[in-house]
Amino acid sequence: MGFMALFLETLIGGVLAGTMYSLVAIGFVLIFKASGVFNYAQGAMLLFSALLFVTLLKLGWPIPLALFATMVVTVIGALAIERIVLRPLANRSTMTLFLATLGLSFVIEGLAQGIMGTEVHALNLGVEDLPIFWGDILISQFDLYAAGVAITLTLLLALFFNKTRIGVSLRAVADDAGAAQSIGINLNFIWQVVWAVSALVGLVAGLAWGARQGVSFNLSLVVLKALPVLIIGGFTSIGGAIIAGVIVGAAEALAETYLGPIVGGGIQFWFAYFLALIFLFIRPTGLFGDAEIERV
Amino acid sequence: MKTNAGQMTVETSLQINAKPQTRKLPSASTIAFVILVLTAPLFASHYWLMAIITPVMILSLAGIGLNIKTGYAGMVSVGAGAFMAVGAYGMFNFAAHGGITNFPLALLLGGISAAIAGYLFGLPSSRIKGFYVMVTTLAAQFFVEWLFTKNAYFYNYGSVPTITLPPMTLFDLDINGNNTIRYYVVVIIVLLMTLAAKNIIHSHVGRNWMAIRDMNTAAGVIGIDSARYKRLAFTIGSFYLGIAGALWAFLFLGTASTLSFDINRSFQVLFIIIIGGLSSIRGNFIGAAFILLLPILIDYMVKATLGSALNPGFLSNMNKVIFGSLIIILLIKEPEGFDKMLRNLTGYIKRRKS
Amino acid sequence: MTAGASSKDILLAVSHVSLSFGGAKAINSFSFEVERRSICSLIGPNGAGKSSMLNILNGVYVPQEGLITYNGTTFERMEPLKVAAMGVARMFQNNALFGKMTVLENVMAGLSRKAKTTVIEHALGLPRARQESASFELKSDQAIDFLDLNPYRDLVVEALPYGIQKRVGLARALVSDPEMILMDEPMAGMNKEEKQEMSGFILDINKKLGITIILIEHDISVVMSLSDRVVVLDYGRKLADGRPEDVAKNPEVISAYLGTVH
Repeated sequence: MGFMALFLETLIGGVLAGTMYSLVAIGFVLIFKASGVFNYAQGAMLLFSALLFVTLLKLGWPIPLALFATMVVTVIGALAIERIVLRPLANRSTMTLFLATLGLSFVIEGLAQGIMGTEVHALNLGVEDLPIFWGDILISQFDLYAAGVAITLTLLLALFFNKTRIGVSLRAVADDAGAAQSIGINLNFIWQVVWAVSALVGLVAGLAWGARQGVSFNLSLVVLKALPVLIIGGFTSIGGAIIAGVIVGAAEALAETYLGPIVGGGIQFWFAYFLALIFLFIRPTGLFGDAEIERV
Repeated sequence: MKTNAGQMTVETSLQINAKPQTRKLPSASTIAFVILVLTAPLFASHYWLMAIITPVMILSLAGIGLNIKTGYAGMVSVGAGAFMAVGAYGMFNFAAHGGITNFPLALLLGGISAAIAGYLFGLPSSRIKGFYVMVTTLAAQFFVEWLFTKNAYFYNYGSVPTITLPPMTLFDLDINGNNTIRYYVVVIIVLLMTLAAKNIIHSHVGRNWMAIRDMNTAAGVIGIDSARYKRLAFTIGSFYLGIAGALWAFLFLGTASTLSFDINRSFQVLFIIIIGGLSSIRGNFIGAAFILLLPILIDYMVKATLGSALNPGFLSNMNKVIFGSLIIILLIKEPEGFDKMLRNLTGYIKRRKS
Repeated sequence: MTAGASSKDILLAVSHVSLSFGGAKAINSFSFEVERRSICSLIGPNGAGKSSMLNILNGVYVPQEGLITYNGTTFERMEPLKVAAMGVARMFQNNALFGKMTVLENVMAGLSRKAKTTVIEHALGLPRARQESASFELKSDQAIDFLDLNPYRDLVVEALPYGIQKRVGLARALVSDPEMILMDEPMAGMNKEEKQEMSGFILDINKKLGITIILIEHDISVVMSLSDRVVVLDYGRKLADGRPEDVAKNPEVISAYLGTVH
């Protein structure tokens, strides 16, 4: 296999894998944009929904019913979190909110694994991961599907935000919560909507990741993969999350292929973070983030 | 009252014949605590000394290190484990490769290694803030884990990636085998470093950290070099974490690996300072005691009431649920941690008495 | 004082400074001078660019054009740390106090830049470090005393009344023996007695300590009674500049600004 073919194969594989990062990052962006909460528990929510779904399948539920039940439970769970944890903390510092979601992630992980067990489950979504060849270049069919799902989801969210009343209110809240409130937008309602939507996005991401690497505790760690993506894309831009996910995926794959053998492999554990740091030095607020000015 | 006005223009600062600072006396609870840990070997069991007080003291020290960065200088760090690891691996490597078997010297070198790592990972903090700083600490966490696992040099080419100290010397004392001596070494180092931390917090350095935390731009305008003091907080905080890491690895665990300092350790130290109280020295001890004793207590109570019917996996998950809930409740109800709660309580009792 | 140009001792000269935020001009080719040991007031409606001007002097904002001459040295841009080191202190519009610290600690923070001891000396509690801390405390206590803040010395500032916080901000500025203090609305939100008290402090600081003051203030009677010179800003441009009584007579100023305040 030639240099070019290997390079392209690595790049395409990375780009497709990157959309999986984007999928997780979108869930963060939604909540952060509307309420300033960096939801560390997004990973735990992902784990919970995927674990619930496989558990129901194991109990013999048909896929559509299990999916529906999982959706209902995760949405109710997200609404409860907003009501019980975040609302009493409204107007507190971003860091306090973050730490609360860190505590929340412990609660959700503990509940998920305490009730549904800690063993690793395989999740078969009926997508066979047969390789597709494009000339010399091998492409994972599963990754193609996952990328398709990520793109579809982004388009749906874009439609939701631009075409629906709720979406427009939500953007108003993101721009200026005070002003939005003064024209009669109910903040609490908007927060509930973003938590519910982001739980659903988490469910999609959970199933995609679960199908690829099995449903286990490791799912909740994808939150750590999403963080560099958010840094590069900015915390408030869905488009940024998609592009940054792709950048991280591609760069990681290239680095693992070309740099990995030189330094002993395993660099995917930290490479994304170093990439994010490099971006930070160039643009301290991310590719699409807004600069914050401290007023004096 | 306005007669001082004339004097004020005369001197800049240092030449004023300053009376020695009226040193605030330690509180009764502090004295009681110090006496208790120093005399514990006279009455406490081996289990209490080595399995409870020792780790509580070491994690309190780690808490102080993280509190310097997060509580005082206001930079959230989720990479405490990384700097603990650098301290431990640094000490080990100076002993294994450098032949330094003098315990205090090797320990100090471990701490300095961590301080240097902290300085380097703190460099970006002068340009960025908030979550972005957090990301640099996570980068440290994952990079350090990788570095010490993938490169056999750092664990001296052993068959497994773990580190154990060669026999060390400490004057004429047996630091290698004698548990009482190991206990005292930990306790005395932690107490002295706590005192030093208290001195730093009450100096202009501590005030500058808090000023940067509370109002960064204003701090710059009144002449506080925020970039420099952020780096200093990273350096000093990491030094504390490094010493704590080395003590944890060699005087508590005996043998350690990067698993001893993974991200869960980082979260544990973060929880210690949230539970105990950000920007409180005493809070670190309260938080560390709480976080280490709570699982033991839950375990004990479950076994006493339900027997050993429950499987341990379930138990550890319930521990997580309780910890997480507690963090949330504290943040909602008492954002300044148990330390504040205790002070309120003692204030209440005093008021009732008078 | 009559306008004998040769006898003027200019501490600060701002020359044709312009500042814009993403296309919007906040300050447009603005020039003014401040005489040493004088009180110079910047007045003008909200959004006229007064606070922005102070932020330029402090180096928080960087102007696109213009020069600033301080004590004979000319700068294209200022840098916060250097400005502080040159002896320019600031009282902020929003106070910008360090909320979780006590009054004493806030005031002592104003001395931090003069610290010569290292963190290690403090960690080990060496005599030099302790002596420096003690001298800072003594000096801060003088400033606290000067501004009648003794009863609040050991209280956390965020819990204090607004008027007291303003005074803490002034104490923090004063404690470092500045040559000049930039005061951004030191009397905003105060009642009449508090304003009188604050005016008294400002006069004392100027007359007894010889500190040059640039004052932003909305209360015209306060401005007229305190200032040696008044500069009027409107939409980022200078409208008038001169002695208070002359400015008060300027028809443009009366129609644009003074007229609205009875």
